[in-house]
Amino acid sequence: MSLSIKEVVSRINSGSLTGRSLAEAAIDRAHKQKHLNAFTYICSKKDVERQLGEGSPKDLPLNGIPIAVKDNFCVKGMPATCGSKMLHNFKPPYTATVVQKLVDAGAVVLGKTNMDEFGMGNGTVDSIFGPTRNIWGLEKFMKDYSLPDWHVPGGSSGGSAVAVSAGICFAALGSDTGGSTRNPASYCGVVGLKPTYGLLSRFGLIPLVNSMDVPGILTRTVDDCALIFNTIKGFDDKDSTSVQHGLNGKKVETDDNTKVAGIKIGMPSEFFSHEMSPEVVECWKEISTLLKSSGAVVDEVSLPHTSYSIACYSVLNPCEVASNMARYDGLRYGHRTSKPESLRSTEALYAQTRHEGFNDVVRGRILTGNYFLLKENYEKFFCQAMKVRRLICQDFENVWKAGTELLLTPVTLTAAPTYSEFIKWDNRKQSSVQDYCTQSANMAGLPAISIPIKLNTTGLPLSVQLIGPKFSEELIFQVAKFIEASSNFQQLHATLDN
Amino acid sequence: MRLLQVLKQTPQIALGQFVRGQHYIRRKEGWESAIGLEVHAQIATKSKLFSPAPCNYGAPVNTQVALLDAATPGTLPVLNRKSVEAAVLTGLALSCRINPVSTFDRKHYFYADLPAGYQITQQRNPIASNGKLDFIVYTPSCHPAPYNHSCNIIQLQLEQDSGKSLHDEVDQRSLIDLNRAGIALMEIVFEPNLRDGEEASALIKELTLILQRIQTCDCKMEEGSLRVDANISVNRIGEPLGVRTEIKNLSSIRSIVNSIEYEVVRQIDVLEKGGEVINETRSFDSSRKETVPMRDKEMKQDYRFMPEPNLPPIRLLYEPNASSSSGPNILHVQRKMKELPEVTRNRLVKKYGIRMQSAIVIVSSPGLLEYFTAVMSFKNGESAVKVTNVLQGALMEILNINKIDYSQCPIKPKDVADIVSFLESSRINTAQSEIVLKKLLDDDARTPEQIIKEEGLEQISEDSEIEKMCLEVLKNNAKLVEGYKRNPSKFQKKILGTLDAAGKGKLNMKKASEIMLNLLKKD
Repeated sequence: MSLSIKEVVSRINSGSLTGRSLAEAAIDRAHKQKHLNAFTYICSKKDVERQLGEGSPKDLPLNGIPIAVKDNFCVKGMPATCGSKMLHNFKPPYTATVVQKLVDAGAVVLGKTNMDEFGMGNGTVDSIFGPTRNIWGLEKFMKDYSLPDWHVPGGSSGGSAVAVSAGICFAALGSDTGGSTRNPASYCGVVGLKPTYGLLSRFGLIPLVNSMDVPGILTRTVDDCALIFNTIKGFDDKDSTSVQHGLNGKKVETDDNTKVAGIKIGMPSEFFSHEMSPEVVECWKEISTLLKSSGAVVDEVSLPHTSYSIACYSVLNPCEVASNMARYDGLRYGHRTSKPESLRSTEALYAQTRHEGFNDVVRGRILTGNYFLLKENYEKFFCQAMKVRRLICQDFENVWKAGTELLLTPVTLTAAPTYSEFIKWDNRKQSSVQDYCTQSANMAGLPAISIPIKLNTTGLPLSVQLIGPKFSEELIFQVAKFIEASSNFQQLHATLDN
Repeated sequence: MRLLQVLKQTPQIALGQFVRGQHYIRRKEGWESAIGLEVHAQIATKSKLFSPAPCNYGAPVNTQVALLDAATPGTLPVLNRKSVEAAVLTGLALSCRINPVSTFDRKHYFYADLPAGYQITQQRNPIASNGKLDFIVYTPSCHPAPYNHSCNIIQLQLEQDSGKSLHDEVDQRSLIDLNRAGIALMEIVFEPNLRDGEEASALIKELTLILQRIQTCDCKMEEGSLRVDANISVNRIGEPLGVRTEIKNLSSIRSIVNSIEYEVVRQIDVLEKGGEVINETRSFDSSRKETVPMRDKEMKQDYRFMPEPNLPPIRLLYEPNASSSSGPNILHVQRKMKELPEVTRNRLVKKYGIRMQSAIVIVSSPGLLEYFTAVMSFKNGESAVKVTNVLQGALMEILNINKIDYSQCPIKPKDVADIVSFLESSRINTAQSEIVLKKLLDDDARTPEQIIKEEGLEQISEDSEIEKMCLEVLKNNAKLVEGYKRNPSKFQKKILGTLDAAGKGKLNMKKASEIMLNLLKKD
């Protein structure tokens, strides 16, 4: 598991390793690590064999590579629950474009990973499958077999981040609406990419906020991340918001001898928050010093509307949620109430089904969103929030225009909190703290990556984020790779394997 | 008379609250009514607005459904370009402003046959707006002369159709058919520029002709491909428009007229009795011929409109040389424009010298325009009035009896042209022409010339022969002759009728009546 995807593929192609043994080992690890609760569904070995087929074609870029997929992507033949009772029995009859591209490239889908219900959360604590546990720092709580506490893995793609950080698979798909890929990547010490909006197809990704959702990629290294990115990016005629762009046909290269000399990097002053822990600030400064000493031009820049991002998001998110959740009525798929008194009328059936199917957080957002969309509130809330969103986008535009090529920021305000701390906060507080540094990239549709740097004094990963202009993934990978090489973060699986 | 009969069946409303004038139906003294229409026209495309599912009418339930049409999680809408082009063409035909950029909105309401819980529509920035439809109001039973009217169009928008709920009363359950869900609709919203049900029906008839001509909708109301909602209000003359009610889902010309006329009279009655008209949705019960409140939509809806985030704006090109792959182009669409019915009518009147009434019938009867044009080509463009008399008289009657339209008429246009020539030369009379037409319709392989000769259908025009017959009739009908002496105008008709019968329909009645009248005067 310490090899890169490229190396593993070449071993499979040369015959020194078989896809089957690799996949079976991955399934064994997934079962062995069940206490992490990273998966909502694990394929049987038979399933995996079926996927591998007989004498699978060689020279595929991901030949035999086991991957995990967040449970809000549709994969034919597997459940897609979104961590919700509402879809506990939903088996989509089709496969999401990005998953299909992975499969076509030879990857093996191991299973589906846990998440906050419909992606509404930042801890992977709100799922019908129960919370997912961060593998980092877990040994502290291991003495007691009931595992009374643990560190949260972040979310909502916590299952995917844990699956990668625990060495169960080489890569996992997450999704990122306000930070849902980068946040768990940061807490779990893995690489997490939120690509440019429109570069990866959303077809088959069950939406949270359509105008901000993107499929995210979680891997152990920047190289692996770029390989997966190259495999799944591209225009999709099934997604009208996917874009035709020069980057589509191009393979993004990650050079081993990357240099950062001359690259203009901005440190947005507004990203300093009084709630940010000193170790996070220190880690951020260390990397800026590293880049500066390596020849990069590091300057402070200003994104004046950053602090409005969360408020803006807290209007736009519920509006789209209210709309997107309207289809879950139990008539065609998913949960339907069995209470006989609910069969009196369609309205009663809907009300009871939706009451039973959604958790408090989801129901709360539906209610809020519908309130914002009322005729008398639309201008006041929705339109106002859209204007703020425009201002946030313009902040970034201004910084790029002034010559800044990338932004360097923290990902989260602290290292991973413990579950017992985390659940003391309500869902809104959880989001406002967790999404602070990640949210604005989604508002503006920009690419961003979370890179693990080091462990804090209690042994939890700390990470930094790079944000770039639209379609600047290549530069992001280049600088990320430089940071990765310089900080030499030790993945946990290395320890596990030994 | 028809409308008065409607009112007789609804005893709570007094009769005679309106009378018909030459123009629109007059209301009870001091009142006027305003009617606005919203038309839903299914676009004649092979697949749905946002999904590749086919939309064949009458297909088995739930067989025309793509994943998107069932609102399967994770699916996304992809706009059907043909629908966009059809909407642009329709907008052009209706003199609309075509908006270079238009956007989609989600309109939310919970209903079992609306799978996503919202309908994708174009509430805020429609594809076309500010149009106008000119039409002729001509209902011979109601308006003796045609008159022109015009109705402004507020907007034309693209939107999805919903599915259908089927209520199984026996088992107390509802079943959903999603075949219709997601079919492309054009919603055309008209200003309340109409004054009565006949004007509304005339507008719909003209709209139907236009959409069928440009082939953007087949307008089969019986199949639901054209559906009409009517907004109705009444006010005292000089006062602003009153509170309106909306009648949903009118699916025939008849129900448009009947429901509007019922509703206007009902509203005036309510107001005169000191009551209030409530802004509500009503449906039309065509068997009882009255409008009734729709219970399930009584509550005021807030549709919580939101921009559709999964669809970028429609951007229309206006460049003559752009390639078709660069997107829908207004100028390319414009090339598909056909001659519109109004232009056709004026052309017919001007070119052939026929009456507007005839032109209206020619343009609005299926297949008649083509048939008329074919007959006229054999007549070198002459004798159009005579041709229309035959086509819209004897031939129409025969076709109606056989329940076929002009496009299915098996009689060759050349044969009809010949029959018209024979009529003109008085070789045959109208009655004889009908016999020839009937024989031709019954697959008689002979030419009209042969039929006339072989069946002895030629008209008797010889003066001496006619006079002989006249004298015989006078001799055998002394009572009629006596009657004529007392009351000429009353008995003249009877005597001529007897003469026609005696001649077995072969007499040239124009000549015969002259001769007969002369004989009677001599007496």
